[in-house]
Amino acid sequence: MGRFMKIAAAGAVMMGLMGGSATYGQEIVGLITKTEGNPFFVKMREGAQAKADELGLQLRTAAGQFDGDNDSQVAAIENLISAGAIGFAIVPSDSSAIVPTIQQARDAGLLVIVLDTPLDPIDAADATFATDNRKAGQLIGEWAAGTLGDEAANAKIALLDLSPNQPTVDYLRNQGFLEGFGVDVKDPNLIGDEDDPRICGSEVTGGAEDGGRTAMETLLQKCPDINVVYTINEPAAAGAYEALRAVGKDDGSVLIVSVDGGCPGVQNVKDGVIGATSQQYPLLMASMAMEAIKNFAETGEKPTVTEGLDFFDTGATLVTDAPVEGVESIDTDEGMELCWG
Amino acid sequence: MSMDTQPASLSATPIAGPNPIIEARGLVKRYGRVVALDHADFDLMPGEILAVIGDNGAGKSTLIKALCGAVIPDAGTIKIDGSPVHFASPMDARKAGIETVYQNLALSPALSIADNMFLGREMRKGGPFGRFLRLLDRGEMNRRARAKLSELGLMTIQNINQSVETLSGGQRQGVAVARAAAFGSKVVIMDEPTAALGVKESRRVLELILDVKRRGLPIVLISHNMPHVFEVADRIHIHRLGKRLAVINPKDFTMSDAVAIMTGAMKPPGMT
Amino acid sequence: MSDDAAGSTLAEKGLNAGAHDVASFEDTRHGPLRRIQGFLHSYPTAIPFIVLIVGILIFTIAAGTRFFAPFNLSLVLQQVTIIGVLGIAQTLIILTAGIDLSVGAIMILSSIVMGRLSVVAGVPVEISFVLGLLTGLACGFVNGVLVALVRLPPFIVTLGTWSIYGALIILISRSETIRSQDIAAIAPMLQWMGARVALGGGAILTAGSIVMILLACLVWYILNHTAFGRHIYATGDDPEAARLAGINTKATLIGVYSIAGLICAVAGWVVIGRIGAASPLAGQNANLDAITAVVIGGTSLFGGRGSIIGTLIGALIVGIFRNGLALAGVDVLWQEFAVGGLIIVAVTIDQWIRKISA
Repeated sequence: MGRFMKIAAAGAVMMGLMGGSATYGQEIVGLITKTEGNPFFVKMREGAQAKADELGLQLRTAAGQFDGDNDSQVAAIENLISAGAIGFAIVPSDSSAIVPTIQQARDAGLLVIVLDTPLDPIDAADATFATDNRKAGQLIGEWAAGTLGDEAANAKIALLDLSPNQPTVDYLRNQGFLEGFGVDVKDPNLIGDEDDPRICGSEVTGGAEDGGRTAMETLLQKCPDINVVYTINEPAAAGAYEALRAVGKDDGSVLIVSVDGGCPGVQNVKDGVIGATSQQYPLLMASMAMEAIKNFAETGEKPTVTEGLDFFDTGATLVTDAPVEGVESIDTDEGMELCWG
Repeated sequence: MSMDTQPASLSATPIAGPNPIIEARGLVKRYGRVVALDHADFDLMPGEILAVIGDNGAGKSTLIKALCGAVIPDAGTIKIDGSPVHFASPMDARKAGIETVYQNLALSPALSIADNMFLGREMRKGGPFGRFLRLLDRGEMNRRARAKLSELGLMTIQNINQSVETLSGGQRQGVAVARAAAFGSKVVIMDEPTAALGVKESRRVLELILDVKRRGLPIVLISHNMPHVFEVADRIHIHRLGKRLAVINPKDFTMSDAVAIMTGAMKPPGMT
Repeated sequence: MSDDAAGSTLAEKGLNAGAHDVASFEDTRHGPLRRIQGFLHSYPTAIPFIVLIVGILIFTIAAGTRFFAPFNLSLVLQQVTIIGVLGIAQTLIILTAGIDLSVGAIMILSSIVMGRLSVVAGVPVEISFVLGLLTGLACGFVNGVLVALVRLPPFIVTLGTWSIYGALIILISRSETIRSQDIAAIAPMLQWMGARVALGGGAILTAGSIVMILLACLVWYILNHTAFGRHIYATGDDPEAARLAGINTKATLIGVYSIAGLICAVAGWVVIGRIGAASPLAGQNANLDAITAVVIGGTSLFGGRGSIIGTLIGALIVGIFRNGLALAGVDVLWQEFAVGGLIIVAVTIDQWIRKISA
């Protein structure tokens, strides 16, 4: 299988290279995402492309075959090095396994900007532009607790996570949500070690509608009185809503919260499917990375980090039409203007 | 196959009596520089068991494949009942009434005996179920399969629905022969039917071959086993170096003579 | 049909009768183990059926009435519907000794075509629905032609088309989900598979589950009572023997892959019914889950043996285990562990049963 994947990866890289508008004489920059399919990365690519065109850079994009496909990303970096790129932005599939390859690229003089998911260790990259996923989780946790008010003490929580191996984004959002809601999370980097009786359980969704629906159905069987549903992303939230609708719980008695801020997601907030979502800005992340690489090539200056954090925070905003006092938010109309995908 | 239809008078060895069922003349087949068939002739008379023997590489399997449509000769003619035929596939040969029992039997192990006997020519029920729903007539196929097996004395196989892989080697051979006998209207060709069998099972299969002959079907028997050949064959076609070297009567020659002719150690009769 | 039923009740008797056949034919089938092997050989779905019953018993003890309730059991049926329909397609392919890695991609591609044409492009829903089905049929046909005529190994062919159909999903959908609310407003017919029928005692069936069962009956009929079905088994069992016996194995293969593609498109319709939306992200695990259901259901990866009923039971086993373990509070990692164990056991038993002819 490994070899097939490598061949497939090489193919994917080739496609990426051909895809870039091949104008000679332009400086080459790269963008490597986890997968081709996810709207989040598609938007990221669009943002990077627009900025690269504006700055007169030649963008080459590549992606893995699936979430966690390190081999394809290694091959993509190697290709960028040999193509003489001046730098690239990457959303790492495997935060630690990619580090030696990134070191190679930096040794070769490329500026490496990590997007969305920090490396382990975080300083293995020249800079990290990310949404603070823990913060994004905290926002929806605080919103849910604020919406319930005193009833928050009696809440019954369903946690719809991403995948069994708990990638970084998975535990950051999950644990952030629980912290925001006021649950003692024990190890802040581990899902499932909490013993708060308000938590019904955690199921994985694969970040998609079908997984979200099945996970919600299972948890509803376990605890029919669930009234707060955390979801890893908006597709999973849409699936969870279908499960609730099937048992007549789509009357607003159950709060669904999510993270991403894609346009269908914000539309779902507007339609009352999702109570609140933390909106992130992948387009902004990618276009800022293109600017930083260009700037580095001209001046040798590396981007700085946000104060108090070890990365540059591109921000997360709570989107809801039912604001809660003490939690800053924007409404869905504003959210629609800023949304992606 | 060559398109020139040679007149029957070119026949090298005129045969007295009735006309042959299969008559092949001047068959040529080359594989690159290897000549597998070098102007080979072949005659099968009605009601006989004709054994085909030959050393490995003599071209006898290519000859048989040409007769059953699995190989298309480069030149030469094949006539069935006196009319020329051109087989493009085993299907064509089957349509002409030539059934072959291949050495690997061409049975599907996981399917039942009845399924195997009717494989590729299943019967459908009459009426709307058969026409629109393509419903198989299981009952009729089972009945016919059972009847054919009893005819050949194989009805000790009691359950027509048991899968072929649960049968012994001899029983499988029996099923394959019964299938050929059931559908072969002109000729049954058997390729090494006893090669994989033990003594007792070989005996059963030889009896089966004689049974089929008694029912009036001529048989072409390809075999390496001289005792078996001499036991059942009426005539023996000896193949050597891509052509028919001789046809002998087993009553006039010993087994060692036949082997000697086949290997070139002895001159064939009539070529003194 | 009646004759067939009578025949299969004779199956075991026939095995024993084999011992008394033609005097000379030896038989070595003795002892209880051989007897079990013979029984399983005649009734290959017995094992998955027993596993299903045992699984239900265990989870009833472990998770109580939360598990063994009409509503929950009907919920499991709803949850396995997508996998069940895909599994039916995959069973057909695996019976020919092939494998189709692209079934999940064909399913999603078809659902995207249906959803996008009707909601975004404004094509009448009936037409986009038919075009969606034709998309599945065409994808399967391409697989079949590559396997049968170009004579490439099915694994390689469908590994390639998996990527191709996957890329088409992204290109056509532009990575955008068509939301449930939009489909409900513009093309509600696409959500018909999600329609619910209440049975007694809290059990609820969806149209999708009923369609899955009807589809299984139809394919069962084709496999067992038409010549084409017999040819599918024969082609998978021993392609050379099938060809010599007069079966057009190429046409059979192309037919099987095309029908499988069409069934995948039906699965795409079922997906829209279940999640409401037409999403390029859905069905990521469906591919492997469907193969798992087929294998656990007793269909041999070597072709030529297996059944549709087995596949549905296999899908139910996976659903029951996931649901039961979750209700019993078992971590997701251990759920995956259990399903993996089931696969290994299923394939081991298959290998053992196949040795009966050795």
